[in-house]
Amino acid sequence: MRRPMQEINAGSTADIAFLLLIFFLMTSTMDSSSGLQRRLPPMPDKNQQVESAKVNRRNIMVVRINDADRLFAGGSLMDISLLKEKAKEFLTNPANDVNLPEKEDKVIEGFGSYPVSKGVISLQNTRGTSYDAYIQVQNELVKAINEIREDFAMVNYSKRYAALTDDQQRIVRDAVPQNISEAEPKDTGIKKR
Amino acid sequence: MAKFERKGKKTMAAISTASLPDVVFMLLFFFMVSTKFRDTEKKVEVKLPEASESTKLERRDLTSVIYIGTPIASYQSKHGTDARIQLNDSFKTITDIRDFVANERENMSEVDRQFMTISIKADQNARMGIITDIKQELRRCSALKVMYAARRTAPAE
Repeated sequence: MRRPMQEINAGSTADIAFLLLIFFLMTSTMDSSSGLQRRLPPMPDKNQQVESAKVNRRNIMVVRINDADRLFAGGSLMDISLLKEKAKEFLTNPANDVNLPEKEDKVIEGFGSYPVSKGVISLQNTRGTSYDAYIQVQNELVKAINEIREDFAMVNYSKRYAALTDDQQRIVRDAVPQNISEAEPKDTGIKKR
Repeated sequence: MAKFERKGKKTMAAISTASLPDVVFMLLFFFMVSTKFRDTEKKVEVKLPEASESTKLERRDLTSVIYIGTPIASYQSKHGTDARIQLNDSFKTITDIRDFVANERENMSEVDRQFMTISIKADQNARMGIITDIKQELRRCSALKVMYAARRTAPAE
């Protein structure tokens, strides 16, 4: 009765698997999305207007990018490589300069009182600015803030920001807020179409 | 010399291909796990700008994508070479963004709506004019969480 089981020819499994493999290769993408996250300011209400204009001048650093992708920061023409240092100096104000933003003692939950800078970086662009230049500038500003946060984490917790617990990260974020304002568009430059 | 004279006499032992399916399956699983389905067909050319500080998006399912770029070659005769907006699978204009956002919101669960992120995938040569318009429109529909998609580069230093 013991008949040897007939073996199934497995030679074509490879072909089937190849077919599947090629199908998945064609229909899928590998790009993981990454980018700079931002929160847009809410649209101002029509009923209550202009009261935000009361921000002190020393607390604002205007960063402008013009049609030719030239960068103006704090009133002077600047190369993009210098922007980070400028932004860091503006936001930290180490010497308590009267021309740089004031600091306000804020009580941060779980940490205590800390002088938080009131500085706001206002980013302005024209309609002709290239997206690349805009992202480069955004990137430099984010880098400046990240470095300040890193320093804060090092000084207070002697750890890198990424190694802190969620709660500590929140404290660092509160102490060093990311105040980049994307200004209301002013229609400078040539309007397309 | 004798050694070299026996060529072609002996048949080569066949290499066993029994493990070939296993190898291919392994590749297959790798690709299945590491990739995801392409959900939209790209109709505009998008080369993302580079940014060293870009962070990874944590919830992909809560993200809606707006593509901005010049139409790809086969659509240029119809849609021109100016930067255009692509939502889902078709060319749209600024005014369609409102419906698009509303629609995407509708498809999300109540809890997740507040975390909705709009990913702006714009070509690096696009002008800010069109992007400013989109930003204004997004603010009007109070979709405030945006992400400027960028390629990650190793931080300089």
